[in-house]
Amino acid sequence: MTGNVVIRLHSVGLQYASTVALADVSLEIPARQMVGLIGPDGVGKSSLLALIAGARRLQAGGVEVLGGDMANAEHRRLTGPRIAYMPQGLGKNLYATLTVRENLEFFARLFGQERAERERRIADLTRSTGLADFTERPAGKLSGGMKQKLGLCCALIHDPDLLILDEPTTGVDPLSRSQFWDLIARIRQQRPDMSVLVATAYMDEAQRFDWLVAMNDGQVLDTGTPRALLEKTRCSSLEEAFVALLPTEKRRGHRQLTIPPRPANDDIAIEAHGLTKRFGNFTAVDHVDFRIERGEIFGFLGSNGCGKSTTMKMLTGLLPFEEGEARLFGQAVDPNDIESRRRVGYMSQAFSLYSELSVGQNLDLHARLFHMDAADYRTRRQELLEQFDLQDVIDALPSRLPLGVRQRLSLAVAVLHRPEILILDEPTSGVDPVARDNFWTQLVKMSREDGVTIFISTHFMNEAMRCDRISLMHAGRVLASDTPQALQETRGADTLEQAFIAYLREASQAPDTAADSTPPQAPPAAAPAGADTPPPRFSRRRLLSYARREGMELRRDPIRATLALAGTLILLFIMGYGITMDVEDLSFAVLDRDQTTTSQHYILNLSGSRYFEEQPPLQSYADLNARLRSGDISLAVEIPPGFGRDLKRGASPQVAYWIDGAMPSRASTIQGYAQGIHNAYLQELARNTGVSDAGAPVDIALRYRYNPDVQSLPAMVPAVIPLLLMMIPAMLTALGVVREKELGSITNFYVTPVTRLEFLIGKQLPYVAMGMVNFVLLIVLSIVVFGVPVKGSLLVLTLGALLYVMCATGLGLLISSLFNSQIAAIFGTAIVTLVPAIQFSGMTHPVSAMEGVSAIIGYLYPTSHFLLISRGVFSKALGLLDLYPYFLALLVTIPILGALSILGLKKQER
Amino acid sequence: MNAIANILHLGFKELRTLFRDPAMMVLIVYSFTLSIHSSATGIPESPYRATIAVVDEDRSPASQRIIDAFQAPYFLEPVLTNHAEMDAGMDKGRYTFTLNIPPDFQRDLLAGRSPAIQLNVDATQVSQAFSGAGHIQQIVSSEVATFLSGYAPDASPPVQAVVRTVYNPNLYQSWFGAINAVINQITMLSIILTGAALIREREHGTIEHLLVMPVTPFEIMSAKVWSMGLVVLVAAALALHFIVEEWLDVPITGSVALFLLGTTLHLFATTSLGIFFGTVARSMPQLGLLIILTLMPLQVLSGGMTPRESMPELIQNIMLAAPTTHFVMLGQSILFRGAGLAIVWPQLLALVVIGAVFFAVALSRLRKSLG
Repeated sequence: MTGNVVIRLHSVGLQYASTVALADVSLEIPARQMVGLIGPDGVGKSSLLALIAGARRLQAGGVEVLGGDMANAEHRRLTGPRIAYMPQGLGKNLYATLTVRENLEFFARLFGQERAERERRIADLTRSTGLADFTERPAGKLSGGMKQKLGLCCALIHDPDLLILDEPTTGVDPLSRSQFWDLIARIRQQRPDMSVLVATAYMDEAQRFDWLVAMNDGQVLDTGTPRALLEKTRCSSLEEAFVALLPTEKRRGHRQLTIPPRPANDDIAIEAHGLTKRFGNFTAVDHVDFRIERGEIFGFLGSNGCGKSTTMKMLTGLLPFEEGEARLFGQAVDPNDIESRRRVGYMSQAFSLYSELSVGQNLDLHARLFHMDAADYRTRRQELLEQFDLQDVIDALPSRLPLGVRQRLSLAVAVLHRPEILILDEPTSGVDPVARDNFWTQLVKMSREDGVTIFISTHFMNEAMRCDRISLMHAGRVLASDTPQALQETRGADTLEQAFIAYLREASQAPDTAADSTPPQAPPAAAPAGADTPPPRFSRRRLLSYARREGMELRRDPIRATLALAGTLILLFIMGYGITMDVEDLSFAVLDRDQTTTSQHYILNLSGSRYFEEQPPLQSYADLNARLRSGDISLAVEIPPGFGRDLKRGASPQVAYWIDGAMPSRASTIQGYAQGIHNAYLQELARNTGVSDAGAPVDIALRYRYNPDVQSLPAMVPAVIPLLLMMIPAMLTALGVVREKELGSITNFYVTPVTRLEFLIGKQLPYVAMGMVNFVLLIVLSIVVFGVPVKGSLLVLTLGALLYVMCATGLGLLISSLFNSQIAAIFGTAIVTLVPAIQFSGMTHPVSAMEGVSAIIGYLYPTSHFLLISRGVFSKALGLLDLYPYFLALLVTIPILGALSILGLKKQER
Repeated sequence: MNAIANILHLGFKELRTLFRDPAMMVLIVYSFTLSIHSSATGIPESPYRATIAVVDEDRSPASQRIIDAFQAPYFLEPVLTNHAEMDAGMDKGRYTFTLNIPPDFQRDLLAGRSPAIQLNVDATQVSQAFSGAGHIQQIVSSEVATFLSGYAPDASPPVQAVVRTVYNPNLYQSWFGAINAVINQITMLSIILTGAALIREREHGTIEHLLVMPVTPFEIMSAKVWSMGLVVLVAAALALHFIVEEWLDVPITGSVALFLLGTTLHLFATTSLGIFFGTVARSMPQLGLLIILTLMPLQVLSGGMTPRESMPELIQNIMLAAPTTHFVMLGQSILFRGAGLAIVWPQLLALVVIGAVFFAVALSRLRKSLG
């Protein structure tokens, strides 16, 4: 460890477009301490943490972490394994389809842990955080608080020297919160060298820290121990000190909140009886009853995952329930009742507004959807922007805003249409103390003055104290319901928090969680393998960790695998049968103005051919024009009056052929057929009249090589297989990286030692495997079902397919690393695969026949090469010796695509 | 009234979202400009720059005459070779066609012994193989005839065939290619845009938010249909004018307005299809696959790539349920053959029916998946 300073910042600045996130921050953070970062929402705490963790690219100034410069990629590589970073947001860096255990195993493997060590650590961490019973549950199915715990476990899996936590306890229930800090305290005991840096909105937590950094507006206001800060501001609590530290204008309007008594009201606003919700055999909400009076502020408290959010969703009609009844203002909840939605304002736990619309646009959209009067809305908008302190961010995109500000926006939207009932699911999680007080002022005003019924869930005890009544929920059941004071008295507790924890412990029948009594058995000396030896530049384990994760996700999604496999088979089927180059059954009609046996004889030549199918005869030129125009016929033949007579006289009559040229390839085929049939007629004529000697002057023997019977299937199958093996693997891979970008788990790539190459290859491997399975199925189908044999070596074809699938997945990955949204990646993949593979790769027209851009694409595109390999092996029995140039071409393409993907992928967020 | 206002506002929201994604805008612009241009000019005229090798065992004026007749741009310069080379060259795909002129060809020809020329065609080069073979036979016969007539001048044949091609007299592939590319892009973009817009709402949780507001699934769906449809319609109209008419110089015979009406109906069906996919797929990766699996047959089997009448009857009938089939017919009729409403109404009607069915099915799926 380097001296007493773990992090040194000099003149750090950071800008997003025109907004300044950090302005000239200089700071030295002491090592081996628990350091808290406090400050209002949106002052740059998260940005600062991301810079320190190396997740975000440094713009100005210097950041020195663990004795090295974080702008230096080599230093980041070396220190990466010593830093653990848990980003803000409910489980943003977790993988929703993977279970708790699989998520933990993924991170453990990234840090190169052996099986035994992994197992021990996972058991340890899940036990201390109360996740032990949920290890087999997918992360996406966890409640918000449980996701936070899992996120922390993932961060702690590798004994870091520097632990960076961005609001780790936001949305975590009090019991878990205390377990959480106990856990960190124990880890620190065993690893006294570890430094911890935490951003938090809970002042009671900050109170326990060793050293605090107070921030505002991208700048550091003050630093020091909590005690020093209290003395300096002459405040009794940190919550007050925090307010006192703020510049005066930020404190504007902040005063102690007083709640006027509630006038009695017998009107029942929300009522639930025996409300029950089951997910499979798991009962999320178990016969819950409550009655909430009009104008009441009703609090909902409970441990994470106890069913609070589920209950709220059932009341809004978002979730159907199995048993019981729920009534709003005496009316049963009906998800299809549009009118009742106007009376309810709902705010969900996770941010659910449009992150691609600005703050102002989000408000506008909701006002319009609620059909608010324009004039009324103008004043309402201004009012809300002021109340929730959103004036400065009107044009900002929510995705760029900190959690606290986003929560304020969600609230503003929820109350916008002046609902009579407000259902708020942890609305103040992650919101700073001042904003929280302001918000409660609004709630109290709405409840007391306008009679709005407020149903709110929270983990803040001081907020719970402000409710008229609260319900304590645990494991789907309501434990107790009363005024906060009464609950406290019943348990004989000093604080509501103590009462709450007592209730929970009783309910879970654990006098003391096992975790609290048994310290983790981590042998600190042997554990941190990564701390002394630098991480390898290339690690097979890290690569496989990503490959395994990707593979699991693919396996968890049987629909995707089925689509990929069954879809290709069906496509081979319909395209193999459907595409025929052999144009047949062309419709034609005749305008016979001669009507003699001679003319009919001439027509017979045409209608007797397998290429043409005769339609009802044409009546006139107008008819001829109309039927050609309508596409009813593609060839019209006109036989002139006096055809028979002229023929006999040797006057060389002219038969006119009118061909529909709208589809040129069909037209030229018709042209050829018509000429041929006409010539045949002439020869027949010559033979019959004996004018000329028998036979044509030259006999052209036509032989179709490789497919003598000119069957469609043997021609098409070897061409369709390359097509399918390009599109499906490319599309499967194309979302691999961009999906992580869009959903947030890309942070793991930024802050763990995994390299770009490992990341990309790891992502690619499962899809290469899948592509090969696909290939085998296609080959079996073509041999067994279609009876199209592989004339050459199956091994050569398989080798070619392997290289080709690597190209296809590589192309998908390239697109994935270049784009930032999934839609763009899908569209981009469709563009770069469909047209080049179908049109430019020689499926219908050989590449040699192309010119210009299409020829360049054709020569470079992998499908062109594999098409030649496929046709060569399938139809011509060619071997590696004949086909090696195409193998070489594919072989060269793979590293080029890989290198481009690496260039397109950034190891840090910009 | 409220419903219409909701549909309108939600639609504006969709447009805003789309315009916020610069990568998507670039891709849309590309797909309606350069992509159309390159696929229009990329399809060679058939046969075009075909590779041919000749084994000339006669080396006479007659055989030379035949060889000289293979000219650019239809053929690359014929390669003179021997038997062994010829087979190897065909195996490697170097030559699509090989012609074997036997010894004493000219002598036999003049003696009226009808000598045989062997024409080998690489049948794996599907489209070029079939049309090219006919073309080569034509060339050989006519050269032989001219050669012979030089010795024994002959009168015109007893019957003459006068072949005229209408609507595209010179059979420029690019005309057809351009329109076909526009049609393909319309289908592709509209399905992707609406499908992805729905999945996006689900993945970001915003759909939940919409559902607690006084908004019905019908309004949510209609908003996506009109807004995304409009984007594609505008892009298609611009592409048709600036890329197809101006840049590629394709004369458009019929009424563009009528074509755009058809496009609108087609978009009604494809955007509904996109929504349907959005309700079937649980995530973007699934959607991506579904889209690819649908787009491929739509592009290949709608009659835009190969003529419908040559497909097996079963496939022809199945493809009648696809809006693209009718749209391709309609596009060709209007834009090339100048067909009016009187001729294309069956296609328009088919599009309306298909669109209505798709919309209704997608809506009921959406209701179920949201309820």
